[in-house]
Parts: sequence; C-alpha cells; structure tokens
Amino acid sequence: MSILINKDTKVITQGITGKTGQFHTEKCQEYANGRNCFVAGVNPKKPGEKIFDIPIFASVKEAKAQTGATVSVIYVPPPGAAAAIWEACEADLDLAICITEGIPVRDMLVVRNKMRAKEAAGGKKTLLLGPNCPGVITPDEIKIGIMPGHIHRKGRIGVVSRSGTLTYEAVAQLTELGLGQSSAVGLGGDPINGLKHIDFMKMFNDDPDTDAVIMIGEIGGPDEADAAQWCKGNMKKPVVGFVAGVTAPAGKRMGHAGALISGGADTANAKLEIMEACGFHVTRNPSEMGRILKSLL
Amino acid sequence: MKIHEYQAKEILRKFGVTTPNGIACFSVDEAVSAAQKLGGKVWVVKAQIHAGGRGKGGGVKVAKSMDEVRSFASAILGMQLVTHQTGPEGQKVRRLLIEEGADIKKEYYVAALTDRTTQKVAIMASSEGGMNIEEVAHNTPEKIIKVFVDPLVGVTDAQALELAQGIGVPAGSQAQAVDTFKKLYNCYMETDASLAEINPLILEGNGNIKALDAKFNFDSNSLYRHEDIVAFRDLDEEDAAEIEASKYDLAYISLDGNIGCLVNGAGLAMATMDTIKLYGAEPANFLDVGGGATTEKVTEAFKIMLKNSKVKGILVNIFGGIMRCDTIATGVVAAAKEVHLAVPLVVRMKGTNEDMGKKILADSGLPIIAADTMAEAAEKIVAAVK
Repeated sequence: MSILINKDTKVITQGITGKTGQFHTEKCQEYANGRNCFVAGVNPKKPGEKIFDIPIFASVKEAKAQTGATVSVIYVPPPGAAAAIWEACEADLDLAICITEGIPVRDMLVVRNKMRAKEAAGGKKTLLLGPNCPGVITPDEIKIGIMPGHIHRKGRIGVVSRSGTLTYEAVAQLTELGLGQSSAVGLGGDPINGLKHIDFMKMFNDDPDTDAVIMIGEIGGPDEADAAQWCKGNMKKPVVGFVAGVTAPAGKRMGHAGALISGGADTANAKLEIMEACGFHVTRNPSEMGRILKSLL
Repeated sequence: MKIHEYQAKEILRKFGVTTPNGIACFSVDEAVSAAQKLGGKVWVVKAQIHAGGRGKGGGVKVAKSMDEVRSFASAILGMQLVTHQTGPEGQKVRRLLIEEGADIKKEYYVAALTDRTTQKVAIMASSEGGMNIEEVAHNTPEKIIKVFVDPLVGVTDAQALELAQGIGVPAGSQAQAVDTFKKLYNCYMETDASLAEINPLILEGNGNIKALDAKFNFDSNSLYRHEDIVAFRDLDEEDAAEIEASKYDLAYISLDGNIGCLVNGAGLAMATMDTIKLYGAEPANFLDVGGGATTEKVTEAFKIMLKNSKVKGILVNIFGGIMRCDTIATGVVAAAKEVHLAVPLVVRMKGTNEDMGKKILADSGLPIIAADTMAEAAEKIVAAVK
C-alpha cells in the first residue's frame, strides 16, 4: 500500500514532447515499474507519433479511452498549464499532478473554481497535486515527477512537504538511517493549489503501510496550521514537523510564490507553535528530522 | 511587482474609478506648474515611493499657496523618507504627485486580494479608512467586512451592497460605492493584481465617492501578459542586488546578516538560513539558484553575494537531484577562482554524484571547508567568521 499511486497506476504525460517533459518522462520510465506505468502522452499536433515507445494522443480524453490511464502528469509551460489541468479534469481522471512552475495565480483561481463547480454539479472529482511541485513517489513501485529516484528506499515512513529539495533532504536523512518511505510527496509552493497538508495527513493516517510521517511546511498561508488542528484529534501515528522560514522577512516572496508572510499567523514560528500544541514532534533544526523520527519508532 | 500611487490611480481611472485630479512630477518647477494647471486653492504634495506610511514620515503635505507648493516640493523631493516600511535608512524621494485638494467627510478602506483558504477573491472593506489595516484587523476585527467572490461569477450586486452598508456608506452614496467596488474587482482581475487597495476611499461633502490613495501589487507570474504594467516598474525603488540576480534567473533577497548562502530550491534555501541562525549567526541573503544551475549562474551568484560588504563567509548547500553535484562543484571552483574569493567557504553537497563533487572541491587547491550535513555546514561557517 501507499498513497495516491502504486505500481499498477497508469499515467498520461501532458506536455510530453517539450524539453522538460521528455527529460523527466525518460527518468520516470526508467524507475521501478515505470515502463509499464507511463502509457500515453498528449500533444494535439502529434497524434499517432511515439516518444520513448509511448504513444501520443490528441487529447487526454482519447489517451484515457485508449489506455485506461487514470492519472496525468503535466509539464505544459505556464501560459497553457491551467488549461491542461482543466483538460485532465474534464476527462474525469482520478488525479492530475502539475509540475509546472510560474502559472498565473488568476488562471489557478479560475480552474480551481471550475473544478469545484463541476463537482457541485455532480461531476467526478479529479484530485489535483501542485502546481509548482516535484510530484509524488512510491519507492520501488512508481515515480511521477522530477524527484531523484535513487535517494528513496521502500519503507513505512510518509513524507509530505511543499518544496522539492526539502522533501529530498528529509527522504535522504531517512534513507541514511535505514528508514524507507511508503510515499513521499511535494505539494508545491504556489498560493492556489490542489491537495494540501491536511489531505496527505488523512491519507497517511489511513494507509496501513505508513507508521509515521514527516510533515514539512514553510511560511505563508494557513495550510500547516489546518493540518495540525486536524491531526490533534485524529492522527494515530507520530508526526515530526518542521517549518522553513524562521529567518524570512515579512512581505517578501521567498522564491515560491506562496512563501510570503502576510500576517502574524503565517510565520514559521507561529506554525511551529501550533504544530507543537497539536502533538507534533517539532524541530527547528532541519538536519534532525530523520533522527527525531527514528527515536519515535 | 509594486508600482507608485500615481500609477495605481492611472490604472483605477482606466477602469472607471473616480480619483482626484493629479499630475506626477520629477522636479520642483514641474510641481509648481502642475499646481497651476490643476487650479483651485488647495493642493496636496505627495512623495512617491513604494513604501507605505508616507504621511507619518513627512512625505505628504497640504499646500494652500503656490509658495507652499514650491517649498513643500523642494523639501520632499530628494529627501530620505523614513517610514515603518522603508527601514531606518529610508528611501530617496525621486517623484512627486501634485493633486487637487479633497473635501473629506469620511474615510473608508477597501481592498481586493486572493484568499488562499476559500480560493476566491476576497473584497475587504472597513469604516476605519486612512489607518493601518493590520491594526484595525487586530484591534477591532468587527469593523472589517469581507465578501468572497467566485471568479466564475464576479461581484454580485448583493455582495457590493453588503460591503457598502456594512461600512456605513450613507444611502445616497451607496450606488456609487457599489459601482466602485465592482470596478475595483474588475481592475484586480484584469490586471492580474495580487493586491488592489484603496485607502482611504473617501466620501466627499457633496456625497461623491473617490479613491484618495491606492496601492497595487502584481502577480509576477502574470507579467508576461501585461506589457503596460511592466512599463510602470521603477528600478530605483528595488534592491540593486535583487535586480542583478533577476537578470540571471536567480531568486535573491537581501537580508541583514553576514553569511551569504547559495542553495538550490526555495524551501531548502530557507531551511539553510534558519540553520545558520540556529548556530548563532544571521544569513546575509536568500538565494535559490534553481534546478538548472550552470557554472555561469553560480559565478554570477557568487559575485552578487560578495558585492555585499557585510558578507564574511559563504555557505553553499546543494541537494543534487536532477542537478548533479559534480556540475555544481565545477561551478563553485570556477566562481571562487574568478572572484578571488577571500572569505571562508563551506560547501555541503548531497545527492547525485556527491563523491565526484567532493573530489573536485578537494582537488581544487582552494581552502574549501567540506561538510556532510546542513547543521555541520552552518556550525563550520559560523565558527569560521567569528
């Protein structure tokens, strides 16, 4: 078991013919069961062609109909990325994973509200991971996204973070300590996104193959606090928490579009305090995440 | 991206929001002729800098004669204006806005911004205009009225009226207020703003509603489709190092400490800064070299960090994923040689081709201090600069 994806997941790649899409599709294909998982690509101008032996279809809908894929990964450049998310949603996929960084916030606002309107009208709910995220990996089974596969190891620890390299940092610490991961996910650094920390804490809580979780946050927004509040009454597994940005000044965008302190409640210290009050094993030293988690097992 | 008040008002007028008549000026003579052109008996001389709190800092003066316009303009233009947002060194005033006086009966607040929780556009209004809205939110939260707008629908009449009535706009002026709120929302959406604030929004003696001051921030992801807004960019108002870094696609932010950091990834960059603080020093900057760092990019990053005379040491923290450690190591060695690095340098590398990277650093003949973990790296650089 794992969360969201496993070795049997069938994946469509949107933006497969672009430079980034090609580069990462090849790496994903090479990882574990990737050759069987990545079954289709989409490019309206190149239907019938193949790339790395993966057939290209004109639309997500057609790719789904022909291959039975239920998940898509999106590398489409920013101006067309929100439309690509909507196409995945209209095709009734289970999950769309958007890697693209730099999508206009207004485009994300519009597509998120369209997705909700579709659900409210009784349409199928498509989950969204990202945008501006590294993706998700279930070690030794499948990797969807841009994370380096070789640092992971199969195991029973869940990892969730907003940023890419900080997720890798946590994963590498665990692997070095001999602890593998059930799934590791980066949910992205944008202010308007899909799945949030709270959603992953619920999934890891329900996953019989996850024993403990490292949850990493950063400045900006209420998501980490929301997740901590939920965990307080519901989480049955130990959680190690870290929040980046104690030294970040207010009002400055720290690389990620969503990493911006705009009030008193979204500073790193405020979030760390809430997480601690909700029972997380909080550390202010990011080099200690793995060691603290190991001490809890 | 931020813009000046006079530019914000230009945008508001384009969307039909009423503002006082005003003219932007770059010299004292221009200010006087602007006042003559505007006519009337009262003018407001307003410093144009991107920071807020200009009035309290002495950057806004009401003039009742041409002589006063001249003397206020000469006093304000070129001054180092210090506000709660500029820092103690202040910001030099290079532009003025000369505006006709307004007959202020009541001041309100209104702003549009994106709400992360509801994923809607929030329109916030308050009867407490002209004040710092964070203070109002903290002390008297009941005086802030919020509506959440679905971008697929837009502001409804009912929502706009709820705001107007909620902040106590008199019945005779409510239609104008409703109209203003709708136009503000349209303006927010069409310009891809991340904040559109009118503070104060005023009620005049004759019952008219006007935007007396305005502040906009724009979503930098969307600037590619707004040439007209990019043209408003004023580089004098931005940090020189940040401008230089943006040319090389480096995310850089100047801070007050003495340890420069070069990291890949925004989250890891913040975590590295935090670790430096944990070991008793302060970071001099945030710097994310991104996923595709080349030798050239790393060299430029070193140059930008070292232009800051406060920097007494550098910490490089790289998690090699797609980016290989040997590539970065080659870049670090080349950069250190090119800039004749004279401050201690600690490098921590992890991930893809880690061993190759470490060997390149060790064989370089440079006094590079190696570290295995982020904590060890921070400890070593803090010790080296003390």
